Amino acid sequence: MTAAPLPAACAAVLRRDLTLAWRRRGDIAMPVLYALIVATLFPFALGPEQALLQRIAGGVVLVTVLLAMLLALDAMFRSDIEDGSLEQLVLAPQPLAVLLGMKILAHWLTTALPLIVVAPLLAGMLHLPAEVIPVLLLALLLATPMLSLLGAVLVALTAGTRRSGMLLALMLLPLCVPVVIFAAGAVAAAQQGLPWLAPIAWLGAALALTLVLAPLGCAVALRIALDA
Amino acid sequence: MSDWIPLWLHKLGSPPVFYRFAGALRPWMLALALLLGAVALYGGLVLAPADYQQGDAYRIIFIHVPSAWMSLFIYGVMAVASFIALVWRIKLAEVVAMESAPVGACFTFITLVTGSLWGKPMWGTWWTWDARLTSELVLLFLYLGVIGLYHAFEDRRQGARAAAFLAIVGIINVPIVHFSVNWWNTLHQGSTVRILGPSKMSGDMLWPLLTMMAATKFYYLASLFGRIRADLLAMESGKDWVRQIAAREEAR
Amino acid sequence: MGGYAAYVWPAYAVFFVVLAADFFAPALRRRRNLRELRARLARQSARQQRSASS
Repeated sequence: MTAAPLPAACAAVLRRDLTLAWRRRGDIAMPVLYALIVATLFPFALGPEQALLQRIAGGVVLVTVLLAMLLALDAMFRSDIEDGSLEQLVLAPQPLAVLLGMKILAHWLTTALPLIVVAPLLAGMLHLPAEVIPVLLLALLLATPMLSLLGAVLVALTAGTRRSGMLLALMLLPLCVPVVIFAAGAVAAAQQGLPWLAPIAWLGAALALTLVLAPLGCAVALRIALDA
Repeated sequence: MSDWIPLWLHKLGSPPVFYRFAGALRPWMLALALLLGAVALYGGLVLAPADYQQGDAYRIIFIHVPSAWMSLFIYGVMAVASFIALVWRIKLAEVVAMESAPVGACFTFITLVTGSLWGKPMWGTWWTWDARLTSELVLLFLYLGVIGLYHAFEDRRQGARAAAFLAIVGIINVPIVHFSVNWWNTLHQGSTVRILGPSKMSGDMLWPLLTMMAATKFYYLASLFGRIRADLLAMESGKDWVRQIAAREEAR
Repeated sequence: MGGYAAYVWPAYAVFFVVLAADFFAPALRRRRNLRELRARLARQSARQQRSASS
């Protein structure tokens, strides 16, 4: 038996994950709904004063998106572990890191992309000025893949455990501190009329680094967590 | 195995040998820690004069700064042991890494609490989002994540290996966090907080600080050895040498 | 302590209490593990004696 070429294997993994996600369309809507609920609650807690909401809008949208992604992160590998297909992936002749990268891409497409689509709506609800919204979207486009990649490493580490929800949040917090700082920094700078390119450039550099390292780390973590 | 590593080092990696070795060294480490700690406290609380700016409140420095150093030092030890554990799969390195984490978390917690108690009279606030304070808080979360991951696994060795990997990810993260928090702090409101630098310290304040640092190092070794001994007994509970120890303790 | 006693002494108390707790926790764990091991061994030997006598 000859191994399938790498591009074909990658396409197969991606197609399979997207098909599975499409069959459970309700699950895709969950993080979006969660983000909407959180963003709705903020004005109730802080009062409808426009100036205050405007000031915190960027940060609130970012943290809301982060929490919504955290909600979906737990399920990234769960069904694959339950039906054993993750072990098949580990045993596949193709490099595990690349295949996992495809799985992470599929996860990003199904959870982060819908969140980015509704982000302007969330920002509008909190009166973020319209000219800042492109910067917010750019920051989210760079920050959410990074969260998916970093989260995937941690989810892989907890693959062998039962209860992992709260633990995942605890482990992700130190890793996402820089991401949140730079993403929110870019939005805040744009809002104050300052140059916002530097934090965006930092985010891009960090994304390039995690894009290379995280799939490799994810593969190592998965091998550790699955070898019993 | 490479022949430049002496035989005794290989032997030390075996659990019963290390159990005895740690048991023999531990009282000495503890005695040194207590002695140096007592000397440092006498020097710091009695001999050293009050600071002309901060009065007597600065005396918190004699526990705050050594604890802060230890919180970073122990994280470094944990990361190195984790690396050894993952690359060479030495059981003892796993134990060292995993039993360092609670000690490091204790020191980080002490650093945060004493810093808070120092900050209240000096800066007028219990907490400020200063770069150093925030990094220390993130460090505490890193420790808690490692401890939590270790205990989430049914199998101890598997848990130790997963947590060791997390520790290595964490040590890459620490400088990034520190850098980003610095950047963030200058972007927002520049912090006016300054802790008095060691360079400006006079000799009779400096020596108790350094003595206390040595005391905390020895304390760490004593505590670590005690933890490793307890862990080795739990891990090897099916083995003969542990049964002998159990029988001997009962006779006493 | 020049008016700062309320801050200095709690700081030292935290230092010593946390480190003491850290130091004595493994001793307790060790004793518990050994007790459990002894109980397990006792159960095992009792079972062996029973099966030998019957």
